[in-house]
Amino acid sequence: MILHDLISLDVLRVIWWLLLGVLLTGFALTDGFDLGVGALLPFVAKTDLERRVAINTVGPVWEGNQVWFILGGGAIFAAWPSVYAVSFSGFYLAMFVVLAALILRPVGFKYRSKRDGAGWRNGWDWALFVGGAVPALIFGVAMGNVLEGVPFHFNADLMSIYDGSFFGLLNPFALLAGVVSLAMLLAHGAGWLLLKAEGPVAARAGAIGAVAAVAAAVAYALAGVWLAYGIDGYHLVAPVAANAPSNPFLTGVAKGGSWMAAYAGRPWIAVAPAAGVLGLLIAALGLKRGVAGAALFGTALGIIGIIASVGLTMFPFILPSSIDPNSSLTVWDASSSHMTLFVMLVAAVIFVPIILAYTAWVYKVLWGKVTEAGVAEASDSVY
Amino acid sequence: MDISLVELSRLQFAMTALYHFLFVPLTLGLSILVATMETVYVMTDRPIWRQMTKFWGTLFGINFVLGVATGITMEFQFGMNWSYYSHYVGDIFGAPLAIEGLMAFFLEATFVGLFFFGWDKLSKRAHLVVTWLVAIGSNLSALWILIANGWMQHPVGAVFDPMTMRMEMTSFYAVLFNAVAQAKFVHTVSAGYVTASGFVVGVSAWYLLKGRHIELARRSIAVAAAFGLAASLSVVLLGDESGYEASLNQKMKLAAIEAMWNTEPAPAPFTLFGIPDQQNHETKWAVKIPWLMGLIGTRSLDTPIPGINQLVAQAKERIQSGLIAYDALVKYRAAKGNVTPEVKQQFTDHSADLGYAFLLKKYVDDPLKATPAQIDAAANDTVPMVFPLFWAFRLMVGLGLFFIVGFGYYFYRASFRGMKFPRGSLIFAPAAIPLPWIAAELGWFVAEFGRQPWTVDGILPTAMSVSHLSVLDLLLTLAGFVTFYSVLFVIEMGLMLKYIRKGPTQDVDETERWMAAHAHRLRSADRQEPFATPAE
Repeated sequence: MILHDLISLDVLRVIWWLLLGVLLTGFALTDGFDLGVGALLPFVAKTDLERRVAINTVGPVWEGNQVWFILGGGAIFAAWPSVYAVSFSGFYLAMFVVLAALILRPVGFKYRSKRDGAGWRNGWDWALFVGGAVPALIFGVAMGNVLEGVPFHFNADLMSIYDGSFFGLLNPFALLAGVVSLAMLLAHGAGWLLLKAEGPVAARAGAIGAVAAVAAAVAYALAGVWLAYGIDGYHLVAPVAANAPSNPFLTGVAKGGSWMAAYAGRPWIAVAPAAGVLGLLIAALGLKRGVAGAALFGTALGIIGIIASVGLTMFPFILPSSIDPNSSLTVWDASSSHMTLFVMLVAAVIFVPIILAYTAWVYKVLWGKVTEAGVAEASDSVY
Repeated sequence: MDISLVELSRLQFAMTALYHFLFVPLTLGLSILVATMETVYVMTDRPIWRQMTKFWGTLFGINFVLGVATGITMEFQFGMNWSYYSHYVGDIFGAPLAIEGLMAFFLEATFVGLFFFGWDKLSKRAHLVVTWLVAIGSNLSALWILIANGWMQHPVGAVFDPMTMRMEMTSFYAVLFNAVAQAKFVHTVSAGYVTASGFVVGVSAWYLLKGRHIELARRSIAVAAAFGLAASLSVVLLGDESGYEASLNQKMKLAAIEAMWNTEPAPAPFTLFGIPDQQNHETKWAVKIPWLMGLIGTRSLDTPIPGINQLVAQAKERIQSGLIAYDALVKYRAAKGNVTPEVKQQFTDHSADLGYAFLLKKYVDDPLKATPAQIDAAANDTVPMVFPLFWAFRLMVGLGLFFIVGFGYYFYRASFRGMKFPRGSLIFAPAAIPLPWIAAELGWFVAEFGRQPWTVDGILPTAMSVSHLSVLDLLLTLAGFVTFYSVLFVIEMGLMLKYIRKGPTQDVDETERWMAAHAHRLRSADRQEPFATPAE
């Protein structure tokens, strides 16, 4: 196949770095509110009917939303195989916990209202809480660890060896990053409930969500200061070979300096953290005043800004190694081959617009509030 | 290399994959059956078909969600437990997996919500389209995962790159149209159709036995028996095609399944029964049918099928050749790619056998230092365990042939004997519900256990594919999976049984309105109304 030479390898690598960001953001924007609603469930809804209202606001869509996450995993595997290999095996037990939470969640949605007992339903409500809160927290913790550098190295066969432990992941900076992501998704879920529910559920969601949005903004600002002064960054020590084969040992990397040096070189990237904070503040106002549109616009802007700020600050790094900087994975040395990146790009260009179109159609069909009366009437067929 | 880590990783993958495949076949088949029933509803406007769609749709939903949930485990596990595999072949294997997400998962998962929640929000036709999209999405996901799996059985369209220490794609076309993948896809979805058909016939037979929901049960049997008959014919034919492909590409797997220790004069006989003895490389009490194996395996009278002992000898030669490639690889690494044309040539000539040199890593860290005894041992390792393969395969094939007869019988009674079923057949059908599942799980066992000692046939040994984890890590997650999955299984079975006992929800008004309007042309065999309760 000659076709793939149409786009050079370095450009494809940058495109796939962007697409990785798009997928993570797509996941946080869509499945993010499902996770948020799950984590908010015991607090915004007290009676069984209220809980069913809250669950049914995401009932018809969580399954499709979750595919953003599954696709994210698949795309990392296909476009950044060594990133996938190192991170999934390195964060082994954390991944298992996320996995358990993500299995609990679908089952909770589907099975909760299929039996009547209060114990049964209450049990599943807590399962949904865990299934929402735990992944939301761990994704942030993972991002915090990536910023700090992950203790792994490659041997001569490029087999990755992880030298850290599960509890090593739970260090203070990473936990703070976990607070950012949990609070951010709580606010996002609250915005969704404001839009789709009414009465006490929406009111409680607004009140809790406003606090969560402010907490997310404060924690994010704190993490930024910590990152600037308390955490070592990474930088390339040799000129970039952007079209070289994907072998981390071919790129020289050193630890030291600050990640924030990126802002001196590329001042425009300050747009991302600014959008992050601004979005969360808009969200806090919208949630407090009960304006669903403003709340969701704010959380969406906040999520996009925060995820983009991490990516842009670290570029070209994807997964720095704290114990052997030369093993660090960057945009220039961790991708798939030229052909695979091209084939995958063609697939994405064909299918992503189609996916967006039918997803939008489904949301349109489901437009409107979920009410207690509506749930009670369709009791047999809804969640 | 820690063997218990490899064994535990294999155990965990096998367990979670076989568990995942408890739910997948029902999803594949039931989605199509439900869509078919809804199609009849939209075409005839008869409420009974809508109630059938909703009833089987409810059972579909209880099953579907666990298929989705346990599928996430599979995607995670390549990276979690098989990180060297992920690095080594992610360039090829990852692509179909990601396309599966883009093309299939989004389709089924986005529309499955509307299937359940959209009855009152969509027109009849629009809802039917949604149902078909769910069915198509489910079946497309099987296509892509089997393209990925087919590549592990028969790796085409890729070469090893010494600079990146991994396989890289050279032809997406070859990966996509891999003959092994195509045969596997049809074989696997057909197995799903058989499973779902058996399930629908079984549950419906139980209703007939109890005299409940007669109209629903009869119509369901009529649809499912016909579908099941076609599917069981397809599953056996495409199984045969898979076997033929194996004879071309995975000669050792085929020889192990057939317990063919030595090349026999063509056309080779088929061993119907026997007790394979791995130690002495012989099969005791073998009952052989002349010619049959040669005809099935090669579709000719004069092509020999190589036996295990001959293949081991070949493997030994390939290890020697692989060591020459490995030697060149070491030179590549030392010089960061700046090697002489001679070394390049040395590598190109022997790189196809590089994976065989990796078989030695189980015994020595540096394959170049392997002793002749270690080379012999590694060559012997290319033989999978024959006894379980030999019998799992025979059991699966026996079940497959039995399904043709079974569905043929129910199809015959449903179509030509006015839906009259002897009592025994109504007791048998529910009891036989698990059989297709057993056959499907045996099929995966034969395919994957028979591929050992490789994760990617001839390219990457299983022992080398695992992540660098501790045995404790594995024990923790293994215990977690066993506990968690067992609880979920009990809950799922409980709900399935509850909703089967409860039966369909009858929309009385709608049914009566329709019956009144169409009373003049009702042609029910026994004039019973839908949902008539006890049979006289």
